[in-house]
Amino acid sequence: MTTELLEGCTGVLVLSDGTVYQGLGCGATGEALGEVCFNTAMTGYQEILTDPSYMEQIIAFTFPHVGNVGVNADDVEQLGNDPKRAAKGAIFRDAPTPPANWRSTLSFNDWLVSRGVVGLSGIDTRSLTKKIREHGMPHGVIAHSPSGVFDLEALKAKAREWKGLGGLDLAIDATVTQSAAYTTDLWQWPQGFSDGTKKEFKVVVIDYGVKQNILRALVDIGAEVQIVPAKTSAEDILARKPDGVLLSNGPGDPAATGEYAVPVIQKLVKSGVPVFGICLGHQMLGIALGGKTIKMSQGHHGANHPVKDETTGKVEIVSMNHGFAIDRDSLPEGVVETHISLFDGSNCGIAMTGKPVFSVQHHPEASPGPVDSLYLFERFAQNMRNAKVSA
Amino acid sequence: MLRKTEMPKRTDIKSILIIGAGPIVIGQACEFDYSGVQACKALREEGYRIILVNSNPATIMTDPNIADATYIEPITPEFVEKIIAKERPDALLPTMGGQTALNTALALDAAGVLAKYNVEMIGAKAEVIDKAEDRQKFRDAMDKLGLESAKSAVAHTWDEAVAGLEAIGGLPAVIRPSFTLAGTGGGIAFNQEEFKEIVERGLDLSPTTEVLIEESILGWKEYEMEVVRDTADNCIIVCSIENVDPMGVHTGDSITVAPALTLTDKEYQIMRSASLAVLREIGVETGGSNVQFALNPRDGRMIVIEMNPRVSRSSALASKATGFPIAKIAAKLAVGYTLDELQNDITKTTPASFEPSIDYVVTKIPRFAFEKYPGSEPLLGTSMKSVGEVMAIGRTFAESMQKALRGLETGLSGFDEVEIAGVKTAENPDAIRDAVIRELGRPTPDRVRVIAQAFRHGLSVEEINAACEYEPWFLRQIEAIVSEEAKIGALGLPTSAKAFRSLKAMGFSDKRLAQLTGKTEKAVRKTRQELNVRPVFKRIDTCAAEFASSTAYMYSTYESGALGQVPENEAEPSDRAKAIILGGGPNRIGQGIEFDYCCCHAAFAFKDMGLEAIMVNCNPETVSTDYDTSDRLYFEPLTAEDVLELIHVEQSKGDLRGVVVQFGGQTPLKLAQALEDEGIPILGTSPDAIDLAEDRERFQHLLRDIDLKQPINAIARTPEEAFKGAHEVGYPIVIRPSYVLGGRAMEIVRDDEQLARYVREAVQVSGDSPVLIDQYLSAAIEVDADALADGSGNVFVAGIMEHIEEAGVHSGDSACSLPPFSLKAETVKELERQTIELAKALKVRGLMNVQFAILHPYSDAPEIFVLEVNPRASRTVPFVAKTLGQPLAGIAAKIMAGVPLADFDLKPKTYNHVAVKEVVFPFARFANVDTVLGPEMRSTGEVMGLDWVRDGESMMDAFSRAFAKSQLGAGVKLPTSGKVFVSVKDMDKPVIVDSIRTLLELGFKVVATGGTADYLKAQGLDIEPVKKVLEGRPNILDAIKNGEIDLVFNTTEGKQSLADSFSLRRATLMQKIPYYTTASGAVAATRAIKSGANEGLDVRPIQAYA
Repeated sequence: MTTELLEGCTGVLVLSDGTVYQGLGCGATGEALGEVCFNTAMTGYQEILTDPSYMEQIIAFTFPHVGNVGVNADDVEQLGNDPKRAAKGAIFRDAPTPPANWRSTLSFNDWLVSRGVVGLSGIDTRSLTKKIREHGMPHGVIAHSPSGVFDLEALKAKAREWKGLGGLDLAIDATVTQSAAYTTDLWQWPQGFSDGTKKEFKVVVIDYGVKQNILRALVDIGAEVQIVPAKTSAEDILARKPDGVLLSNGPGDPAATGEYAVPVIQKLVKSGVPVFGICLGHQMLGIALGGKTIKMSQGHHGANHPVKDETTGKVEIVSMNHGFAIDRDSLPEGVVETHISLFDGSNCGIAMTGKPVFSVQHHPEASPGPVDSLYLFERFAQNMRNAKVSA
Repeated sequence: MLRKTEMPKRTDIKSILIIGAGPIVIGQACEFDYSGVQACKALREEGYRIILVNSNPATIMTDPNIADATYIEPITPEFVEKIIAKERPDALLPTMGGQTALNTALALDAAGVLAKYNVEMIGAKAEVIDKAEDRQKFRDAMDKLGLESAKSAVAHTWDEAVAGLEAIGGLPAVIRPSFTLAGTGGGIAFNQEEFKEIVERGLDLSPTTEVLIEESILGWKEYEMEVVRDTADNCIIVCSIENVDPMGVHTGDSITVAPALTLTDKEYQIMRSASLAVLREIGVETGGSNVQFALNPRDGRMIVIEMNPRVSRSSALASKATGFPIAKIAAKLAVGYTLDELQNDITKTTPASFEPSIDYVVTKIPRFAFEKYPGSEPLLGTSMKSVGEVMAIGRTFAESMQKALRGLETGLSGFDEVEIAGVKTAENPDAIRDAVIRELGRPTPDRVRVIAQAFRHGLSVEEINAACEYEPWFLRQIEAIVSEEAKIGALGLPTSAKAFRSLKAMGFSDKRLAQLTGKTEKAVRKTRQELNVRPVFKRIDTCAAEFASSTAYMYSTYESGALGQVPENEAEPSDRAKAIILGGGPNRIGQGIEFDYCCCHAAFAFKDMGLEAIMVNCNPETVSTDYDTSDRLYFEPLTAEDVLELIHVEQSKGDLRGVVVQFGGQTPLKLAQALEDEGIPILGTSPDAIDLAEDRERFQHLLRDIDLKQPINAIARTPEEAFKGAHEVGYPIVIRPSYVLGGRAMEIVRDDEQLARYVREAVQVSGDSPVLIDQYLSAAIEVDADALADGSGNVFVAGIMEHIEEAGVHSGDSACSLPPFSLKAETVKELERQTIELAKALKVRGLMNVQFAILHPYSDAPEIFVLEVNPRASRTVPFVAKTLGQPLAGIAAKIMAGVPLADFDLKPKTYNHVAVKEVVFPFARFANVDTVLGPEMRSTGEVMGLDWVRDGESMMDAFSRAFAKSQLGAGVKLPTSGKVFVSVKDMDKPVIVDSIRTLLELGFKVVATGGTADYLKAQGLDIEPVKKVLEGRPNILDAIKNGEIDLVFNTTEGKQSLADSFSLRRATLMQKIPYYTTASGAVAATRAIKSGANEGLDVRPIQAYA
C-alpha cells in the first residue's frame, strides 16, 4: 500500500521502470499488463481496439477525444468478439464522451466495460508518447479501481517481471480453432455489409489474428475465402486447391510464431501458389525466405504513415501497427524490397523475383486508416490470375 | 526519411509570375499574403525569377525583397498583360491569390494573352479552374465519379430559374451565382419573393449571368478536406475541418473545428477517398485544394458541395492548425517536385508526404462587423459577411473553444451571458422556452452563446439540437461548460490546485471566473498562481509527438485537470536576449493587415539584430503566425492573462529586453497597462507617452506648451455636459467615445436634435466612458503624417499624406496621396515642423502618426490643426514604406530596441513619383447600407496606385495617373465617355464647377437634379435636368437602373437628404457604376479622366522606383 497517490485517482499506469502515471479509471475495473504503445490515428478507436495485432498491448491514444462516435457492430475488426483477442487496455487524454453519430449503437465507455477492457483517462498521452519515442515501448500495467486503492509495489513488480512480447507466440491464441468460410464484402454506404457476388478465386487465409477487413478486401476482389487456423499444415492448405494464400496479420513475435509457421510458408512458396503476406504474415514470409526480423524501439502505430512503393515510385498513406520489422540487410538473393517507410526508412514490403510471392508490413485493408493501398489486393488478384493462366 | 533521388524540378522554366489577391475584402484577407509570401520565398529559393503583381501595399509579399520584380499595379487582365509583355515570364502560378488571381488568369487565357506570350499556367490549368468553378461541369464530374451533388438546376434567365426550382423539388432552395467570390449574391429562399429577389441579384452579379438553384441541405453537417497533390499523383489530406455551424451558414462565417470530431473512420475514409477522386477528376495536377462536403446527420448521406483548385482561407487555417505549410509545399510541387522529395519543415527529419496527425483541438470563430453597417440585419447565410477570424488551440474542445471566444476580442471572456429577446418579458416558463427556441433558429453571429444561454434556461440537448441542428456532441460540451459555471457561481473559486487546474483545463479564463464569483480578475489570478496552477506550452509538431520537432510553435494548455498534477512543459525558453511582439488578433474594420505587416517587420528586424523574436498572435490568416516569421511563435489569445503567462515562461530564462505593444493596433496597446503593472519592460515609446497622446486634457496641455493648435473641443461625462460642450464648441461637431478604434460610433452632429439621438441611442455616456466633442472643420483638407523618432530628439518625417476626401471622412476611409498633390510647399514644411515638435514633446521612440486638418489651404495663411497623435504604428506605415522604399516598421523596431536613428542614414528626399492609396468597401454584401462616407471607418482594405513623372511633366500628371491606377486597383474603371450624373450639396457646388466643365469639354453628357442643375446652368454649363427620385417617373433612379449613367457624383448631408437619395446610391452600387460621394473625390476622378488615365498607363516594378 502507498499514500503517494493524488486525491481522486482511480486509475494508474505503472511502468517497469517504476514510473507511475495517475489518472481516472474508465471502462472495466481491474488490471491489464502489457507492452505500452501509442497510436496517432484521429479516427477509428473501435477498429484499433478490436485489432488482434494489439494482443498483450496497451494503447495510448494521442488524440485527446475518444467516444465521440460511440461504437457499432460493423466496426469490429477481430473475428468473433472475444476481448482477449485484442488490445488489453487503453489510455486516453480525456474521458470518453457520449456518442454523437448515426451509426452508434452503444457508448464507448459501456462497450469497454462490456468487453472487460481496462481504461485510464486524464493522462497526458502526449508526454507518454514522447517517453515511448525516446525510450522505446515499455512494459506496464494499467489498473482501474473506483476505490482508488492500488498496490503500486505489486504493480511495479508485475510490470518488471513480465517478459514482454519478445519470443512470444500470440498467434496461437488469436487464431480460429476451426477453418471457416468468409463471405462479407467491404462496407458501403448506405447498405453497410453485404455478401460478395464475384467468385473468381479461391483464397486460403492463414489466420494469425486476422482483421476482418482483410477478409472483406479479398471478397471484394472476387475471392471465396477460407480461413484456416495458424497451425494448419501446408499439405492441408494445398489440398484445398487455393488460387492464392494470404498470410494474415497478427500479434506477437514473428520469430516465435515462425517456429511452426515458417516451414508451412516455405512449402507454400515452393509449391508455386501465389502468396500475399500482411504485417505478421509479411515478417514471417521474410523469415521463411531467409531474412531476419528485428524488434523496433517505438514501432509504427498510426494512420498517417507514408510508404513508398519502389516498383511504381508512388507514395501511399497507410495504416501501420507493428513493433517488429524485417531487417532489409538480411534479405537473401531473389528477394527484393518493394516498399519502404518514408518516416524512418524501415522495410515495408518484399517480393520474390520471378515468383508470385509478396508481402507488406502495413495494412492495405485500412480500417482504420486510408485506403490508398487497397491496390495490393488487386496485385494479389493479378498474380492469381496469371498463375491460373500459366497453370 | 528524405529520399534523395534525382530532383525533377523543372529547368525549362526560369521565371514565374505570381498574382496576388489585391485589397482585403470580405472573403479575401491576409491569408493570401501568407500564401503569396510562402510561394515567392519557396520558388526563389529554387532559383526562379519571381515576378509579382499585387495592388495591395499593406502586404509583406509586396516588400521589395520578396520577389525579383514587384508590381504594385491594378490586378486587371489589361495590367497583367502589360507586365507579361514587359517581363516575359515562362510560367504563371494563379493559385496563390484567391479568386482574384484565378479569375484574372482565366481572363488572360481566354483573351489569348498567355498563348501570345507563351506563358504556361502551372499549379492549375485554365480547363481545371473552369471545371472546378463552372457549376454544371463540376456536377457532371461528380456524377462521373458516382459522388452525389445536391439536386440542382442551372439558370441563365428568370424562366429557367422557375423551371429549375420545380426540377429540384421546390422551396426552400439555395441560389448560388457562378464565379463570384465567397458566395457573393447567393442566398437561401424560403418563399417565392425571396427566390425572385436572390435569383435576379445572382444573375446580375455573376460574370457569366448564371446561377445554380439547389435543393436545400440546411442543417446537415458540413466538412472540408484540405488536399495536396503532386505530379506523381501522390495525394495527402493535410487537415479535415468540421463546421460547428451546420449547413446554411457560409463556411467563412461558421465556427469550425479541426480535426473533424464526429465521423467514424468509415465515414472519414469515404470522404477522404472522395476528396482525392475529386482532385484527380477535376485535374488539379499539383498544389493545394479544398473539397467541401455536407453529411446528413440522420443517415450519413454525403454530398459534395464544391471544391477550390487553389489555396484558400481554409488552407491557411489548416496550415496553422497542423504546422504543414500548404502554400509553400504547393509552390514547390508546381515546379515539379513530388511530396516525398520535400521535407517536413517542422520536424526536419520526415518528408512532406504524410498526413499530419494532431493531438489537440483547433477552433476558429469568425468575427463580424454588422454594427458598422447600419441597416443590415446581423443574420448569416450563404454569402460571407465576417471580416476576420480568431483561431485557438487547446488540448480539448472545451479549452480550445473558450480560448477562441476570448481571443475574438469582442468583450467576451468565455460563454458570457447573452440576453435573448423576449425572455425578459415572458410571463411563464413556456414563453421563455419559446423565445429561446425562436432565437436558436436564427443564424446570428452570437448563436453559440445563445446555445449556452439556452442551457441556462433549462433547455435540453435534444431541444436545442432540434432548434439549431448543432451536432449533439458539441452541444454536450457546451452544456458541460455551462453546468460547471453554475457550480462555480454557487460554490465560488476552488481552493485546491486539483480543482482549479481542472477548471482551467476546461478553458475558463481568469476573467470569466472572476465574473462568475464576483471577484476581480487580478484576485482570481493571484489565487490561481498561489496554488501554482499555471498553463504549460505544448508544441505543434504535425505528428502528435511521434517524432522530435525543433520548431518552437506553441500553444498553452492546462493539460489534464483530472488530478491536478503539474504537467509537462515543452516551451523550453532559450537563454538568449529576446523581445516579444504582440500581434493584432482577428482582423476587424480598422485593424487588419497593415498592423500584421508591422509586427512581421518587427520580427524580421529583431532577428536581423540578433535578438530572439517571439511572436504572439491568434489570427490564422496572417504572415505573423507563420512559424517561419519569428524565432518562436505563441498561438495565443491576446488577453492579459494569456500574454502574462507566456511572458512568465519566457522570463524564466534568457534576457527579455521588452515587449512591443505599439505595432498590433489597439489590441496590444490595451494590454500595456497590465504589463506595466507586472513590471514587464515595454519597448519604445513609453505607455505614459501613449496615454499622454490619448488623454484629452493632458494632450491639450502639451499642445499648448509647444504652441500647436487643435480644434475647439470639449469632453462630456453626462448627456447634459454633452449639450453644454456642443454649444461651447459650436455646431457642427464631431462626437465620439474616447478610446475607440476605426471611428466606432463617431458622428458629425449638426444640431441638438441629432445630439439628443446620439446620446440616447449611439453611446452610453458615463464617467467611465466619456465622449469627446470636437469642432468640425468643414471643407478642411486632412493630412496624415508618419514619423520615426529615437527619443533623443532625432526625428525623421517619413511621409506627409494629403487626403483626397475632406476632413470628416475617417482617415481609414479616405484616399490619400504621397507626396501631397495640392498643398503648398511651405505648408508641407510647416506640417513637417509640427510633426517633429510633437515627436520630441512626446519623446517618441519608434513610430508616430499625426493627423492634421488644414483650413483655407490655398490662402496666404493656411490654418493647421492637430486632430490626433498616435505614438505607435499606424495604418499608413506599409503604404509609406512602399512609397519610400524603406522598411519603416523594421527601422522603428530596431530603434525601439535601442539603435539610434542616425544609424539608418535616412534623409529627406524629393520624389519623382506619386503614390495614391484608395480603399475598398464591402457595401455590396450588406443590403440596405448607405455608401456615403463618414467619420466611422467602414472600408476593409486598400490598394496603391503608383506612377512616376515623365520628362517635361508636372507632379500633377503623375498624380492623375496614380489616382486612376488606384481606382482601377479598387475595382473602379473610370469612364472615358458617356453620361455623368451630378447631385451635390450646396457647399460643394462651387467646388465641382471646373470638373463639370472639364467633363463637358471631354465630350461627356452631364445630367443633374434640381438645385445642382440650376447652379451649373447658371455657370453657363450645358446640363440635362433629371427628376429626383421623389419627383415622379422617369427619374434618375430609372436612368441608373437602365444603364444610362456611367459616372455618379453625389454628395449629401442631413438626415432627410440622405434618406431621399439613398436608393440612388444603392442602385449605383449594384450597377457597379463608378461613384464619388465627396466633392474632392469627384475632382480627383475628373482629373484622372482628363489625363487620359485609362489609356497609356504603364507599369513599373517598385524595384525601379528610386
